[in-house]
Amino acid sequence: MTPATEAYDPSLFACMVLVPLVPLALAGLVLMNTGLGRTRSAAHSMLASMAAIAVAALVYCVLGFSWEGIAGGSAHTVAVAGRHWDWIATAPFCLRGLTFTSTRANLQVLLQVCAVGLAALIPLSAGADRWRISASCFSTALLAGWTYPLFAHWVWAGGWLAQLGSTDGLGRGFLDAGGASTIQVVGGLTALSIVWIIGPRRGKFAEDGIAPAIPGHNIVYVLFGSLLVLPGWIALNGAGAMLFAGATPSQTPLIAINTLLSAAAACLVALVITRFRFGKPDASLSANGWVSGLVASSAICASVSPLVAILAGLIAGGLVTAAVELLELRMGVDDPGGAISVHAVAGIWGLLAAGLFAGSERGQLTAQIVGVATLLGVILPLTYSLNWLLDRLRPQRTTREGERLGMDLHELGAGAYPEFMIHTDDFLQR
Amino acid sequence: MKLAGMLLLLAGWGIVVSAVVLFPRPLARALFVLAGLGLQQLGLILAFRSGARLPEEAK
Repeated sequence: MTPATEAYDPSLFACMVLVPLVPLALAGLVLMNTGLGRTRSAAHSMLASMAAIAVAALVYCVLGFSWEGIAGGSAHTVAVAGRHWDWIATAPFCLRGLTFTSTRANLQVLLQVCAVGLAALIPLSAGADRWRISASCFSTALLAGWTYPLFAHWVWAGGWLAQLGSTDGLGRGFLDAGGASTIQVVGGLTALSIVWIIGPRRGKFAEDGIAPAIPGHNIVYVLFGSLLVLPGWIALNGAGAMLFAGATPSQTPLIAINTLLSAAAACLVALVITRFRFGKPDASLSANGWVSGLVASSAICASVSPLVAILAGLIAGGLVTAAVELLELRMGVDDPGGAISVHAVAGIWGLLAAGLFAGSERGQLTAQIVGVATLLGVILPLTYSLNWLLDRLRPQRTTREGERLGMDLHELGAGAYPEFMIHTDDFLQR
Repeated sequence: MKLAGMLLLLAGWGIVVSAVVLFPRPLARALFVLAGLGLQQLGLILAFRSGARLPEEAK
């Protein structure tokens, strides 16, 4: 498409309106992460988020985009079993291969910069209160420079997962309009790797295995953040569906409705489950339920009816409340923000839901299962090994003294709330 | 343990992809895909069980 004809493409006009709204999703997640952490690490959480977004944007533009490329661009292929597997793009570094007169390509890059920033925020939530800011920046560089672009190429830039439909007759190939896999599950699996590497917060798990709750310090941040992510997520799903899944602008209202309904159903089911489980509704789990509905909607937003979106949201909300408890109490995983449950578990559910409900093409569920298996079998070992190597070079976890003081004082030299009375037990040796 | 879990995850993925390439018949393909997913499940369990051990500095 030439620049002249692109000017009259209504989907590009719609994307120009939607893409600048995506950073609202990032802002909402930052607020949620900060609210779910402790008082003594609040400023650290906000600054680490800003730094992660900045590193992700720069590294993606310098390196990452060259591995991801755009659909139809040049790519390396591997010939196996008589067919060519498109596994990585060969675009020049520093966006030099980008034609700046191409609106579609530029919008794709802009959306990807926001998307990789969103993915980078997910591990920060899991590593709250103990992950060094410098280590989180290096880890983000690995995510934005290699892990994210590699998988995004397979899904969004004509890679082998996107081609499963044409080469193997598996439906329409791997479906993910809004980034449930590329952003959410990749971020969630990186969060899991980080938690495995840096371990739990001191005092989280006692010798006898009991895990005392360490509640978030500001539930208003958490709830306001979860509301703030909604317009950003609608924009992300809408723009992603048009730029990567061939949706038309007339589908935007349906995408918005599906996104909202999925979040609403997931929030309510989390609220009801926690009400019956604990006697009173749990605000932080309900907020996590809301986001899990948004995550699940990313995979299905453009291809299902509103009723299916509600069903997907109901299951996502139930899965998240169960997964948070399972991971913490049975698996010994200390994930302060519930990032693994919200982004990885709900994201995988959304991808499978796309296989079950999005269209009647034969083999669609198999295509989705192949994508999920790739996330678990390639991306998780890859992100774990990269972060493990990084940890060997420089420990990612802060010192014992740093954790006792709080990340604000230890790494920034000042607290987020200098006029607040600090609770004495904040400084007790745990 | 963690390494073994990661290797099982990778092996499960290999079986899933091989099934897609080698078996055009839906039944055989589905069976091998499920076998690959089962192996990945074992890998995840193994990785989680080793991940549950708390590092010394966290105690």
